[in-house]
Amino acid sequence: MDLPAISAQDRKRILDAINHQRRPTVTVLSSLLAVQDELGYIPDEAIEEVATLNDTTINEVWGVASFYTNFRFTPPGKHNVEICWGPTCHLKGASHILKQVMDQLGLEDEGETEDNNISFKFNTCLGACSTAPVMSIDHHLIGRLTPESASERVGSLLNES
Amino acid sequence: MPTYEEIKQTADERWKDLTEGPEPWIRVGTALSGQSVGASEVIDALRKTLESENISARIDEVGCLGLSYAEPLVDILLPGSGSRLFFRNVTPDDVPSIVGSYLISGELPSDKVFGYLGDDPIDGAPNLGEIPGIARQHRIALRNAGNIAPDDIYQYIANGGYAGIHKALTQMEPDDVIKEMTDSGLRGRGGAAFPTGIKWSFMVRSPGPKKYMLCNCEEGDPGAYNDKGILESDPHTLLEGLMIGGYATRASNGIVFIRHGHDVPIERTEEAIKQAYEAGILGENIFGTDFSFDIEVALTGESYVAGEETALMEAIEGKRSQPRFRPPFPAAYGVWGYPSTINNVKTYSYAPEIISHGAEWFSSIGVNRSTGTAIICLNGNVEYPGLYEVPMGLTLGEVVNDIGGGVPDGKDLKLLQTGGPLGGVLSAESMSIHIDFEEMRDAGAILGSGGIIVGDQDVCAVDLTRVLVAFCQFESCGKCFPCRLGMEHLLEITERIVRFESRPGDLDLMRSVGGTMEASSLCGHGQLGFGPIRSALTHFEADFMAHIEERRCPTGSCLGPRISPKNTRPYAHDFAPGAS
Repeated sequence: MDLPAISAQDRKRILDAINHQRRPTVTVLSSLLAVQDELGYIPDEAIEEVATLNDTTINEVWGVASFYTNFRFTPPGKHNVEICWGPTCHLKGASHILKQVMDQLGLEDEGETEDNNISFKFNTCLGACSTAPVMSIDHHLIGRLTPESASERVGSLLNES
Repeated sequence: MPTYEEIKQTADERWKDLTEGPEPWIRVGTALSGQSVGASEVIDALRKTLESENISARIDEVGCLGLSYAEPLVDILLPGSGSRLFFRNVTPDDVPSIVGSYLISGELPSDKVFGYLGDDPIDGAPNLGEIPGIARQHRIALRNAGNIAPDDIYQYIANGGYAGIHKALTQMEPDDVIKEMTDSGLRGRGGAAFPTGIKWSFMVRSPGPKKYMLCNCEEGDPGAYNDKGILESDPHTLLEGLMIGGYATRASNGIVFIRHGHDVPIERTEEAIKQAYEAGILGENIFGTDFSFDIEVALTGESYVAGEETALMEAIEGKRSQPRFRPPFPAAYGVWGYPSTINNVKTYSYAPEIISHGAEWFSSIGVNRSTGTAIICLNGNVEYPGLYEVPMGLTLGEVVNDIGGGVPDGKDLKLLQTGGPLGGVLSAESMSIHIDFEEMRDAGAILGSGGIIVGDQDVCAVDLTRVLVAFCQFESCGKCFPCRLGMEHLLEITERIVRFESRPGDLDLMRSVGGTMEASSLCGHGQLGFGPIRSALTHFEADFMAHIEERRCPTGSCLGPRISPKNTRPYAHDFAPGAS
């Protein structure tokens, strides 16, 4: 997918994020995480900047960025919806919730809704198995879901746009 | 810098003020389980109500008491009372009535009262200390969880915190600490169950001065949240454990390695580190001795294999989290080439109590070669899911039925999935198995990270196996081919069986692929990846045969929607040579 070049403002945000990292040890991975936290995705320009900062090659940085499944390379939707498909959530009916929400969003797989308002992602474990099934909306956990309650939450995001 | 005695005195005064002072003390559980069911909204409602009623009270966010089924949990300690009154499943709408009746008039509201904990009985409320979920726990690593505010170092110190490292530094030689840990019988709680004292001893003679103690909180296991639970509830106990390990092994630095996105554990750990530095408990010349130690947090991206010890070091160095070849072993050549020792959060968290109370005390808890406690995450089709620390040696039945309350809705128990996705699947006949590293292993399941998922009569063993295999395939790092291709084949065959399209010889083919993975994979991910299938085939052959021979699913759950992501991780050969 060809993306337009990023704005000068976003380039500054990238540089600020990687040059002023909060944690003492700076690596390719820590720099990529800083960019993802700031912009929500890793634009090509960030790969170059991270390579320069860490004195390594673009190839090396791509190798790391493509390995970890939390990195994305296109701008995310305004809202982020993740649903757990791990074994506990599965036993508690996650597959029905997944199907319901994916139908609602008009998606057959992970990705963005047509209006690019919502990014949808499978999650392997959100860490709140004792309140399974679990989803997260904009990194806020919601447990003890039913297909209806999940659908209601997602519906209110859809009505927003 | 103040001495330990001065810090302890301040802490004790503050604690006395909290527990015997003039203000009510309200504690709300805000671990992941509490947050997922609205604990933050409950706190907002509490603040608002207190303000409008003009009541002055202290509110603390605490960690996990273990009884996740009752979250959000709110408890109130009234001035002059020796007991905390707990309210269960609190919603923001309940808050005005709780505040109005208990805080203002000292009466119990009509519902939502869970019970009391403490020495003074509260009329009309049951004693929570008597319910199996509390009475059968023996909390060592989780001793403070749900009781103290994780973001207040003084609450930790008032409850015996940093006494272990203080004792080690002032009364023990590093070798005494190693001996104490070895004598305690503590074994690694990350899955491999290697004796901790012996592991620490490996690094003693490695050349310094720079040596690392690494703490693994990758915890990508679906079904486990006990590492995160400790960091959310009581991060100082981990820091103290790391320091004790650092002193024993003559290490200079500690790194806590946490998965990106687990915001609450990350924030609480970083806050704890900051407070420890401010109090002079971390840094140069700790408690006026010549021991200096630094701790920082490093994050990994999403990758389950990053929890493997050498892959973890690769991730700290900022690379792909793929395991290294061994030898050299971490104690000789670890992160950035420096000698390193890796333990799990749970393992380190026992160290302060072992040093404070002695090896003999710890080894008197538990059975056989499994000393101490197991920190169990009980999930799935069970009445009371939660985080329970129990003495080793309890049976699975005692955990599932007594503490967990059994399977709800009058259904029968069908299976237990233990030890995470690389663990095993056990049948209802296994309820007499004891929680003991060896006994669990011999039964074809492992204790692993402590996750136990309970499945009722409606669960299809083949369908659950498919989810476990899909997870292991998704998370294969791709470095060695037995795991990379093996998991792909195992998933393909399992999906065929679930779709009633299996071919003759599929089960033998799976066993053959699994055997190759076990014998030749580089790390535990591939070596153990066949485990769930093998144990499911042993205990639930009938389920598999129904899918294969009769082309039907006995429970019908395979007919539901079947959604799971495929591994899209590009493999090394997709990149130019030298691209890692």
